[in-house]
Amino acid sequence: MDNQAKIKAENINFFYGKAQALKDINLGMHANEVTAIIGPSGCGKSTFIRILNLMYELIPNARLSGRIFLDGENILGSNIDPVDIRKRVGMVFQKPNPFPKSIFENISYGLEVNGIRDKNFIEEKVIESLKKAALWGEVKGRLRDSALRLSGGQQQRLCIARCLAVEPEVILFDEPCASLDPISTGKIEELILELKKYYTIVIVTHNMQQAARVSDKTAFFLLGELVEIGNTKEMFTAPKDKKTEAYITGRFG
Amino acid sequence: MIRKLDQKIGFALLTGSMIATVLFLFAIIYFIAFKGAKVISWGFLTQGPTQGMTAGGVAPAIIGTFYLTSIAIIFSLPLGLACAVYLCEYSPKGFIVNIIRMSINNLAGVPSVVFGLFGLAVFVKFFKFGISMLSGGLSLGILVLPVIISASQEALLAVPHSIREASFALGATRWQTIKRVVIPTALPGILTGVILSIGRVAGETAPILFTAAAFYLKGYPRSIFSEVMALPYHIYALMTEGTHPEEQTAIAYGCCFILLLLVLLISFVAILIRQRQRSHSYG
Repeated sequence: MDNQAKIKAENINFFYGKAQALKDINLGMHANEVTAIIGPSGCGKSTFIRILNLMYELIPNARLSGRIFLDGENILGSNIDPVDIRKRVGMVFQKPNPFPKSIFENISYGLEVNGIRDKNFIEEKVIESLKKAALWGEVKGRLRDSALRLSGGQQQRLCIARCLAVEPEVILFDEPCASLDPISTGKIEELILELKKYYTIVIVTHNMQQAARVSDKTAFFLLGELVEIGNTKEMFTAPKDKKTEAYITGRFG
Repeated sequence: MIRKLDQKIGFALLTGSMIATVLFLFAIIYFIAFKGAKVISWGFLTQGPTQGMTAGGVAPAIIGTFYLTSIAIIFSLPLGLACAVYLCEYSPKGFIVNIIRMSINNLAGVPSVVFGLFGLAVFVKFFKFGISMLSGGLSLGILVLPVIISASQEALLAVPHSIREASFALGATRWQTIKRVVIPTALPGILTGVILSIGRVAGETAPILFTAAAFYLKGYPRSIFSEVMALPYHIYALMTEGTHPEEQTAIAYGCCFILLLLVLLISFVAILIRQRQRSHSYG
């Protein structure tokens, strides 16, 4: 497998109790690229990205074997604190999940829990993150309002801003547009293409067009196995595997 | 047609039950306010009892109830909340935790006089706090622990898993997540438990009967180790002891009325805090 990958999974097997959710996954994701993970429901794609930021630890009865390398270091090693990894590998969830706090506090939270106390720095960082997430124009002047008053699309961009504030290196998107309308979806996709310049991006999506629009590489998961990984263009025009072809042409899934 | 008639009867029964409940409630309030308001005066609120409890005011009992309630809540809120957080957030799910939960729920059903005897044995005798405000307040605190724990547990469980995940994903530890996201989000629910507890504590007689209450004291309690007068016990004493039932009954109704107002007042403060928190969170 390639050694230039920013974050790389090696021989990942994952079990929920006795059910095997992932089978021997090997997959590398590169900096300044968007890697899309596609596949039918229950194929293990959400589980997979939850392993990349060690969120799988919160699942009861979870069992994992294999290695995950972040910049060449195995983050599944026993000397690694998951809390430190989650700072470096951020995540945006399927449903917008802002804290029931003000817009400002939603973003400052990540900084504060990571030990930053400097008020001026926090304020600058909040504004900077909102600008990066293309939300600043819509919320400036009402940063003290509750985040729950924003629309669904705005909330999701706030969650992206919140994630950016802690300066991650990798950002995982777990079906970020699943609950959004087409216009909000368009904004998020534009944003992902912009963020690609600075981060390593992994996006799980059900939406094949979305994968085609935003990603450089696409990985196709089926029943816990990685069927195929390749350049998005090639994958959507000339898939190597019969199963991939069947899925992207809509014959199942 | 039968279906529609059926529905009409159903709704009529529901409406009737609601009206009956409201009527009872208003009858109680009206009865107490009507009978109680007659004896209420500035002197009644600010002076001590005189002439063998047949005249004067009930100020020491008001102050005593206020103190006892405060001690009970100051003791039981942190303890109960911590216990609920442990049960909801830290403890592994399993047999033992279920047993603990069940025991706590059962504790809520234990008759209050049992807590009175417990307080006598433990706080008054064993810890040697004597018959005092402290012993009474702690006995009342233990009485409402299950109420506070259950309310807090429900409030904590109602915090969506998704926002805990959001916090973890930002590199927060479990404790930071609980302290800064979960508890603030659950606070309105926790305060509801506190409001219920205040009503319960302020009105309880049995737990303070052997641990704190005195029928008559000159002046106000000086420290947490003093005996106190308290409204519910004062009412009880007025109605069961003494030789001037008529005057005493009037004063007892006055006490009831003030107890009602006191609970309303304290609850109102808690409701204000809850409202502030809610509008901050949900704006």
